[in-house]
Amino acid sequence: MAKYAAPGETDSVVSFKPRYDHFIGGEYVAPAKGRYFENPTPVTGRTFTEVARGTAEDVEKALDAAEGAAAAWGRTSVAERAGVLNRMADRIEANLEKIAIAESWENGKACRETLAADIPLAIDHLRYFAGAIRAQEGSLSQIDEDTVAYHFHEPLGVVGQIIPWNFPILMAVWKLAPALAAGNAVVLKPAEQTPASIHVLLETIADLLPAGVVNVVNGFGVEAGKPLASSNRIKKIAFTGETTTGRLIMQYASENLIPVTLELGGKSPNIFFDDVFAQQDAFADKALEGFAMFALNQGEVCTCPSRALVQGGIYDDFVQQGVKRAEQVTMGHPLDTETMMGAQASNDQLEKILSYIDVGRQEGAKVLTGGERADLGGELSGGYYVQPTVFEGQNSMRIFQEEIFGPVLSVTRFSDYTDAMAIANDTLYGLGAGVWSRDTNTAYRAGRDIQAGRVWVNNYHQYPAHAAFGGYKQSGIGRENHKMMLDHYQQTKNMLVSYSPNAMGFF
Amino acid sequence: MTEISAGTDVTEQVPEVPGPGTSRVALSPQAAELLVRLTELHGPLMFHQSGGCCDGSAPMCYPDGDFKLGGADVHLGDLSVEGLETPIGFHMSASQYEYWKHTHLTVDVVKGRGSGFSVEAPEGVRFIIRSRLFTDDEMRELGDL
Repeated sequence: MAKYAAPGETDSVVSFKPRYDHFIGGEYVAPAKGRYFENPTPVTGRTFTEVARGTAEDVEKALDAAEGAAAAWGRTSVAERAGVLNRMADRIEANLEKIAIAESWENGKACRETLAADIPLAIDHLRYFAGAIRAQEGSLSQIDEDTVAYHFHEPLGVVGQIIPWNFPILMAVWKLAPALAAGNAVVLKPAEQTPASIHVLLETIADLLPAGVVNVVNGFGVEAGKPLASSNRIKKIAFTGETTTGRLIMQYASENLIPVTLELGGKSPNIFFDDVFAQQDAFADKALEGFAMFALNQGEVCTCPSRALVQGGIYDDFVQQGVKRAEQVTMGHPLDTETMMGAQASNDQLEKILSYIDVGRQEGAKVLTGGERADLGGELSGGYYVQPTVFEGQNSMRIFQEEIFGPVLSVTRFSDYTDAMAIANDTLYGLGAGVWSRDTNTAYRAGRDIQAGRVWVNNYHQYPAHAAFGGYKQSGIGRENHKMMLDHYQQTKNMLVSYSPNAMGFF
Repeated sequence: MTEISAGTDVTEQVPEVPGPGTSRVALSPQAAELLVRLTELHGPLMFHQSGGCCDGSAPMCYPDGDFKLGGADVHLGDLSVEGLETPIGFHMSASQYEYWKHTHLTVDVVKGRGSGFSVEAPEGVRFIIRSRLFTDDEMRELGDL
């Protein structure tokens, strides 16, 4: 067992500055209005730094810097841009512990996850897009013997990105890597709940990027996010968050006729067919782990498998063992490497989860385990902790329909394949899903019948680069985590060239 | 010169949820107090209930008209606030409402820091929904039974 010292203690691997300004044009710039907001850690609820409270003036300054840098950056060779992304990846890797601990302190998640998943995935993501842009080719189409259509990829220019708080660094890198690889300059606004860890990342990599290519403006959505999203100076806006803000961002984008990519969450079904328990072997154990995956990142994942659908033949036995597995999820100090589940990201998030647990009880769902706020004692008493909670109920209940964004699983029973698909698809969303079966035909058919952009078959919560990630239905627009995201950050230039000396014959 | 009609506000197309007797949505006293202060800062306000990731499930509060409503939304009610001239409309997408309509909603406020563009976030607070199930009598009155 090892426990990292908390930032602020003398032997911590990371120290936050007492204050962070905006990062604009390669340097730190104080907010125009001179205002800052406090940033508490969810681990203890205590403030550990303060962050610039950006406004439209700061966003304009960042757009100036980005516009100044975009043309030259867009003209660099792909080898040069790939080199920058690879050097960023190497630098982050060399500072992995520091960045991972900063991320845990910022967001409240267990460092076991930031050390093994968040930051390594961010590193790999940069390398993936470094490779993808090197390998990307334009195309040509021979229209006839004398006429050729050439298709070139060109950067969009300046793009805006609004980052969520559940994976502050990984989600920033998911958006930055394709945008930078494609040759765009970025103005990025981190979430106001998690505004600081990105600056630890920036300190590590800032010297590798030309000034103005990446600009970070902190602040609140209404004060800094809105002027960015509604600006007529951006050529595209990317957002991860919820549906109402997603619609608002599309409305702003429609005023400027620019494209958007959106990732808006889900209510992902995790489906266990009878045959998973045909034998009590390694695979049965793996399926039980799959059942407990709702606790990853305290449930604060857009693809949280928050609905478990279990077939009637194994229901009682499987759910009983699954609940036992969930009860083995150890909560504790997020900087302790033995801790599996840390703190929820903010107080309002905690309150929301508790309000859903209340709705679930009122609707008649049965609490199989958990169901309460967790008081972990000592300094953690001020933090935002919730017990892993399993409800048993019906798919029409609100706890089966809304993304609680906490460690809350809603379990229900299905009779046969048709019933499973009907329940799985009875949702407004379609981001993720899990299918567990030893029968490849069943697994394949279910994977195709579920209306979701990502279906994990006999695994869950894997996010390797080169596997497209994005939503059906109300879960959003676009596919991240794959080279196809390059298309969302590029224009297509078609040059239609005639190699014939003769008139076309019209006039 | 031809007079251009001003009656093209898309909000007029937002369906009204029936049921004048029983309210579908209410305010906690703290939320009402906050709305008075927020109106001083931002002018008349509106709510749109969110869904989905991150701050999904939070009621989003915007300057009235900032969020464009349409035929895919329902109007659950108008929240009267002491000290404000006009009540504050509360809306939700029709598809989400189908899954919510058996519950009565109360807009409350807690300490916290929401993301999204909701106007209360800079004040260090967040609107939150408290829910309770409608009784059979209420459902009948609302025409849902």
